[in-house]
Amino acid sequence: MSTTRPQSSTGIGERIRLEFRRNRLAAIGAGMVGVLGLVVVFGPTIVPHDPMEHAHANRLQGPSLEHPLGTDELGRDVLARLVYGARVSLGIAILVTAIRVVLGTVVGLVAGYVGGIVDELLMRLVDIQLAFPGLILALVIAGILGPSLRNLMIALAVVGWSTYARVVRGSVLSVKERDYVTAAQLVAMSRRRIAIRHLLPSVIHPVMVLATLNLGTVVLATAGLSFIGLGAQPPTPEWGTMIDSGSNYILDAWWLVTAPGVAIMFTVMGFNLLGDGIRDFLDPKQQGRLEEI
Amino acid sequence: MFARYLVSRVASVIGVLFAVSVITYGLIHLTPGDPAETILTQQLEQPPTPQQVEEFRAEQGLDEPVYIQYVHWLGDVLQGDLGVSYYNDRSVSALMIEALPATVELAVAGMLVSLAIALPAGVLSAVYQNTRIDRISQIVALLGVSVPNFWLGFMLILVFSIYLGVLPVSGVGGLDHLILPAIALGTGMAAVVTRLVRTSMLEVMEAEYIDTARSAGLSERIVIWKHTLRNALIPVVTVVGLQFGRVLNGTVVIEIVFDRPGLGALLVEAIFARDYPVVQGVVLLTAVVFVVSNFCVDLLYKRLDPRVTLGEQAQ
Repeated sequence: MSTTRPQSSTGIGERIRLEFRRNRLAAIGAGMVGVLGLVVVFGPTIVPHDPMEHAHANRLQGPSLEHPLGTDELGRDVLARLVYGARVSLGIAILVTAIRVVLGTVVGLVAGYVGGIVDELLMRLVDIQLAFPGLILALVIAGILGPSLRNLMIALAVVGWSTYARVVRGSVLSVKERDYVTAAQLVAMSRRRIAIRHLLPSVIHPVMVLATLNLGTVVLATAGLSFIGLGAQPPTPEWGTMIDSGSNYILDAWWLVTAPGVAIMFTVMGFNLLGDGIRDFLDPKQQGRLEEI
Repeated sequence: MFARYLVSRVASVIGVLFAVSVITYGLIHLTPGDPAETILTQQLEQPPTPQQVEEFRAEQGLDEPVYIQYVHWLGDVLQGDLGVSYYNDRSVSALMIEALPATVELAVAGMLVSLAIALPAGVLSAVYQNTRIDRISQIVALLGVSVPNFWLGFMLILVFSIYLGVLPVSGVGGLDHLILPAIALGTGMAAVVTRLVRTSMLEVMEAEYIDTARSAGLSERIVIWKHTLRNALIPVVTVVGLQFGRVLNGTVVIEIVFDRPGLGALLVEAIFARDYPVVQGVVLLTAVVFVVSNFCVDLLYKRLDPRVTLGEQAQ
């Protein structure tokens, strides 16, 4: 990526505006996430149909003015189900990501700051977690706990925190020896206060980038596991579950499988564009991408 | 030096594998309620009598303390015995060996698809850096990581099997059964590899020896495709190797979409049936493959690129 950084004397709002003008993809990503936010908040009050209402006379109808995305095998309006499904998918994504961020940050902060045997032990734990292919571990945990949205969230949180721990530990190690931290130690500031006042702020940027990109991957993983049957259960309107039940009618009703996938793609793409944009904005040099589930 | 590095790495891999075995074994104890009762209820399709539960426990060794059970299990596993399915009296290893070809075939084909897309796309992207070609290839790559691969599978079925009727919907068989699943699996990976080829090419293109090659009068084509690409491939090999472990993540859903009787399908079936020996077997196998493939790639990386130092100094 190129060139001029906005001067730090300009306000943050101005800088973001300039950045969006320079980086159109990031602006598009922010727009997509904004649209999603509107759908989540206002969508259910706008769509005219109830996502749960059966109407057998209307089953498997193609797209029409009354039902822009058609109806499913029980005559339910697909658009309404997609809109309500956005709440489910985004709710899960935000919750899971929040748990991962908190767990990973605490582990990384403690490991990096305390060091020694504690660091050694915590990092072994991270290694062990990373020794499993993430989605398979999540699948097994969710399956053994029993298929439900709650268990799916537990499973996804358990397999995803270690990336944060690594990133946070790295940042902490790099600032730990800086003068201002040493100075804080000299004036006998408590270790906990040093960690919160001086070390935590240094990890906010990388964690923010990682979390934004993570929201997209959690949406993908949730859809995948629900598709297998391990997440949301019918009749909950969830995108992955909708693809699964729609696939039974793929010969007669192409829209049933197609529509939820487009919604997933839109969501994931929005978060990816926005995450990349935030990264370019905060740290243009770091180009590597963390590929995690 | 390499030998010493090797020994320490092998030791740490063994440590991780040990932990993996503990977790794999421990996982089934997350199950709510008594496993013996749950399993028997499913097998008999009615609640078992207390006597039946006792018998089943004794038969499966479930009446002993967990750590004793684990030691027995690990001892058997090290001798290649992964136990017997609860449902049909087949050994877990036999079930896995039966399922393996469908998965390996899919994984390899998927990786080939991803390389076929990613190498040209990544090189073009780097050579025409910051032009329209570069931007288009990056947007396409982004689309690739944003598409749920199982959904892509259904879209391919819709177009090629149902609408055009040129490829089979599902099952295993000849090459024609492999094309759609491989594309569905390879597209997401291609996106990751494209980015990597691009970054790696850009780095190498800045290196001095590329300038030297250029000033020695070699044609641009040879400089790019021979000298640059060859060096840029080192990190690409690393990631594609890593993907071999990770590819198993993707094969699970693809196998379900295309009804392929592979390891992923076996795992999902076993999870729903609470057939724990099979679940343990598949998880253990995938984790071992994952750990070992990461380890090999690490070594390969160290060998291929002499600049990577091995703790102290390379030979």
